[in-house]
Amino acid sequence: MASIKPRISVEYADNATIVTFVDEKILEEMDVQALQGSIMPVVEEAKRIKLILDFCNVRFLSSTVLGLLLRISKKVYEQDGQLRLCNISPRIYEIFKITRLNKIFDIYEDVKSATDSLPAAD
Amino acid sequence: MRGPERCKFMVSETPGSSSMVIQSKPTAIGPVCGRILSKLEANNFGGEDIFAVHLALEEAFINAVRHGNKMDSAKEVKIDYSVAPDKIEVSVTDEGEGFDPESVPDPRYGENLYKPEGRGLFLMRSYMDTVEFNERGNSVCMTKYKEKSNPAKGEN
Repeated sequence: MASIKPRISVEYADNATIVTFVDEKILEEMDVQALQGSIMPVVEEAKRIKLILDFCNVRFLSSTVLGLLLRISKKVYEQDGQLRLCNISPRIYEIFKITRLNKIFDIYEDVKSATDSLPAAD
Repeated sequence: MRGPERCKFMVSETPGSSSMVIQSKPTAIGPVCGRILSKLEANNFGGEDIFAVHLALEEAFINAVRHGNKMDSAKEVKIDYSVAPDKIEVSVTDEGEGFDPESVPDPRYGENLYKPEGRGLFLMRSYMDTVEFNERGNSVCMTKYKEKSNPAKGEN
């Protein structure tokens, strides 16, 4: 199994960068490290990035992923950017609620409402 | 580059229960998890229960590998489980010195909320019905009772 699977897809919309997780299950340390390796350069490239993370494909994740999201959030806000999460399934959202991470992430139902919530382009 | 997984399974089975010893690396839990979740499905556990057990098992295993065995892939993790029609019991044992589970801070409050680590044990306790450690602290036993989909009348 030597093929490299893309972990994310990146779309540049008018007012936002939309990163969609490709994998249904994000579990293992290596997967999370690979994700970090894919997403951080996207954040670093654009100061004041307006980043939307789309979870539409994600059916399962471990707490390692929550750690990654926190690191991404820290990086985005250090660079004066904005972060939104969207399309989180009820079971995954329950994990955010139970850990109270729903209080520190801005979570929206879909890409449109997440995009609408962003400050207008400069 | 990942080659084919060589999961060292030492399996002993009696009706309804299994014991497996696997390599202490993150990818090794996959096949074991698959077996356990299949047994839950075969015993008509619902989707919510299966999700809960899956999550707790992943977290327990990550803890065993990362904290118990200190990322040493030469070490092993033992998984014991038994699935009954209404209950699953699963134990995860590492080769480490153990720890005091009471010493793990609540990840939901204060500055802990912003820390990237420290949620595994909390999630295990949130999603399983019981979570108990042995005295040394290198073995955790978790139980989940099948969720009743049709509660009898009169119950709250």
